[in-house]
Amino acid sequence: MPNDIPDEEVDRLYTELDAEAEAGGYHLNPDREFTRGLVCGLLVNRDRYGYIACPCRLATGRREDDLDIICPCDYRDPDLAEYGACYCALYVSADVKTGKREAEPVPERRPPRPERKKMREERESTSAAPSTLAYPVWRCRVCGYLCARNAPPEICPICRVPRERFERFM
Amino acid sequence: MDVVHVPGEDRGRVVLYALSTCGWCAKTKQLLTDLGVEFSYLYVDRVDPAEFDQALEEVERWNPRGSFPTLVINDEHVIVGFQEDAIREALHAK
Repeated sequence: MPNDIPDEEVDRLYTELDAEAEAGGYHLNPDREFTRGLVCGLLVNRDRYGYIACPCRLATGRREDDLDIICPCDYRDPDLAEYGACYCALYVSADVKTGKREAEPVPERRPPRPERKKMREERESTSAAPSTLAYPVWRCRVCGYLCARNAPPEICPICRVPRERFERFM
Repeated sequence: MDVVHVPGEDRGRVVLYALSTCGWCAKTKQLLTDLGVEFSYLYVDRVDPAEFDQALEEVERWNPRGSFPTLVINDEHVIVGFQEDAIREALHAK
């Protein structure tokens, strides 16, 4: 993968992601060379778009359209559970990491463009719906963490993604 | 659009839509190179912003999910993802 990202920068983000992953019960792919390539792709995308869009998906550069594919993406956890790896294979399950299970090829779970647009519109209208609860319930779209409070936390305490990745759940 | 042509043995019209940052796209491109077949590839993440929509629509015509890699053989056979066996078979390169 040709790029202008210095090795030290790739190593720095690799170490950071690895530490964060292990602290949260996630695991980077043990195939170090392959994983370094993906980390490098994340850095290319950070330079390009200002955020670490999935290296294996086409970002538009419009943050609101790309939110679901900013790493960790909205699809990582269901793919880890079903296939033992996320779509780009940056993250793998514990069984895959320890060699108890082989990662399977991961089909794209992200819906096609027209469906995404529809889902977003539905989400936005749900958020505006009145509720009889004392507090609204927010759901982290990445890891599923739920909390009942007036606004979502600044950073998800479980998977560390920012507030913008939360949706109104109830 | 910056389509790159890779010379090789003629096994039909082989077009690869890929992302320059994607590990599976890199594996697919490497496989085609190792098989020695003639193919063209386009890094869709690197197309000029003015041509972005056109390029993505072209991919979606073959693969409505717009995912990568998308390999199109002879304008009819589409292989999505790094499916080594399917690619070898489609190119008669077992």
